[in-house]
Amino acid sequence: MTEHRKSARIFPHIVLWISIVIIIFPLYFVFVASTRTSAEILSAPMPLFPGTHLIENYSKALLDGAKNLGASALTMMKNSFIMAMGISVGKIVVSLLAAFAIVFFDFRGRKFCFWAIFITLMLPVEVRIMPTYKVISDLGLLNSYAGLILPMIVSATAVFLFRQFFLSVPREIAEASQIDGASSMQFFGSILLPMTRTPIASMFVIQFIYGWNQYLWPLLITTKQEYYTLLIGINRMLSGADVQIEWQIAMATVLLAMIPPVIVVIVMQKQFVAGMTDTEK
Amino acid sequence: MSKQYEFKTKGLPYLLVLPQMVIVFIFFFWPSAQAIWQSFFLQDPFGGRIIFVGFENYLKLFQDPDYWASFTVSVAFAVAVSLSSMAIALFLAVQTNKKIRLGSFYKTMLIWPYAVATMVAGVLWLFMFNPNVGVIAWVLKYKLGVEWNHLLKSNQAFLLLTLAASWKQISYNFVFFLAGLQSVPAALIEAAAIDGASPVKRFWKIIFPLLSPTTFYLMVMNLVYGFFETFPIVHQVTAGGPGKSTQILVYKVWRDGVINLDLGGSSAQSVVLMIMVIGLTIIQFRFIERKVTY
Repeated sequence: MTEHRKSARIFPHIVLWISIVIIIFPLYFVFVASTRTSAEILSAPMPLFPGTHLIENYSKALLDGAKNLGASALTMMKNSFIMAMGISVGKIVVSLLAAFAIVFFDFRGRKFCFWAIFITLMLPVEVRIMPTYKVISDLGLLNSYAGLILPMIVSATAVFLFRQFFLSVPREIAEASQIDGASSMQFFGSILLPMTRTPIASMFVIQFIYGWNQYLWPLLITTKQEYYTLLIGINRMLSGADVQIEWQIAMATVLLAMIPPVIVVIVMQKQFVAGMTDTEK
Repeated sequence: MSKQYEFKTKGLPYLLVLPQMVIVFIFFFWPSAQAIWQSFFLQDPFGGRIIFVGFENYLKLFQDPDYWASFTVSVAFAVAVSLSSMAIALFLAVQTNKKIRLGSFYKTMLIWPYAVATMVAGVLWLFMFNPNVGVIAWVLKYKLGVEWNHLLKSNQAFLLLTLAASWKQISYNFVFFLAGLQSVPAALIEAAAIDGASPVKRFWKIIFPLLSPTTFYLMVMNLVYGFFETFPIVHQVTAGGPGKSTQILVYKVWRDGVINLDLGGSSAQSVVLMIMVIGLTIIQFRFIERKVTY
């Protein structure tokens, strides 16, 4: 720190506190709404302090869900969790295997595989909505966990990150393990994977959040309540006239949808930041 | 790399890349090829009849004033979100990087919105600005005399979308700017300070130029975010309205394909979007190779 005047030292604190308050601001109203009754929220302006219906609203949201929705937050949380875990674990496994092959083996088509994976960066779901929908429907995967997960588990970012890490592993280790009689898969399982713990953890944080927060894809392929994820459920609860919406239940569900990924980011902040900034290089 | 040790097992590498390749082909290449193929046909959504029409879907698209309106609002939205969230994030990263007390607390408090789904960010802001129940909408109306109704006024709808999308994106930019700032050598800054450069001058003459690779990378990523990843916010907050005034390109593809069942038109739009993503990706990689630095 090069500045020593008192004003220069206090300024950043003031600015940062103000920004933090502004950033948390929208969240506060959602929380207040989730502790109030529907009537209290509709009597504009809504009260600015939490009410007494917290337990009532959350238990209703978790066990029953909003009326006419047909899915409880508990079911939807389960679906979001299965989707997030499926996507993150699937991506990591598939990418580790592919990166291992691309870095440690010499085979025809290696370059081709690398570029084929690279090109997926340029084809996000958003730009090929209809045909992807048709593929999933032809395969009979509408309203299924496989349909929610499979198309999402290709990740150029994960392959790049693991490839980059594998390239930094000294080849002498691979050679030595061969001389000692270990097969290439034994090398992968008992030497390479334990070394890759840190990048795997980073990828997990990023991909778990990515999976949990998927919206367009589940919106396209889930029409049955038992496959609704939290975000789809919230969307359905909020469609309709303002007076008919059960705001207190919807807002409780919004908080339930936010808490798991936010906890993951806060607890694994170091891995998260490392993962984000490493994939850039 | 060629002199490096490599495993010789035949067949095994193919088995290892197989799962990835199968998914890439079924869920990426095949649908993309379909989009290109379908963009040259007219299809009756109820029967199976398809007619080859050549570039007609594209011609119709480019002659459609709705499409150009959608294009313009997408560019305006992506630029507004990128500039505002990057400027705010850079400012906050500079403040956090001053080695102050509570530094890591501030960092956590500014990073967590990254974990919030884009759609949820939309709901958070929608709830404050809902014309009937929103607290901010109420304050605007009864205390400040501003009639807030983003369901009727398109400039308000645009503003609300920009607020929600930027709120979410600040944390992403903050992480990268902070990492960039931390890699600026302290000795350089101290030397400039000794030479009498003011903090403002030090920032613009030394720190900001050194950050240019990060800034450039973020510019591209933010434009991609603004163009493509903000579908959930638009879908939740305005549904493209009022009228079609906030119908960004991605939202239009979805509406024309899924709701209006215009396969040919939607596919032609998909192809145009693909070309845009490819363009942005190429620009990004060219510059990353050259590394925009001094």
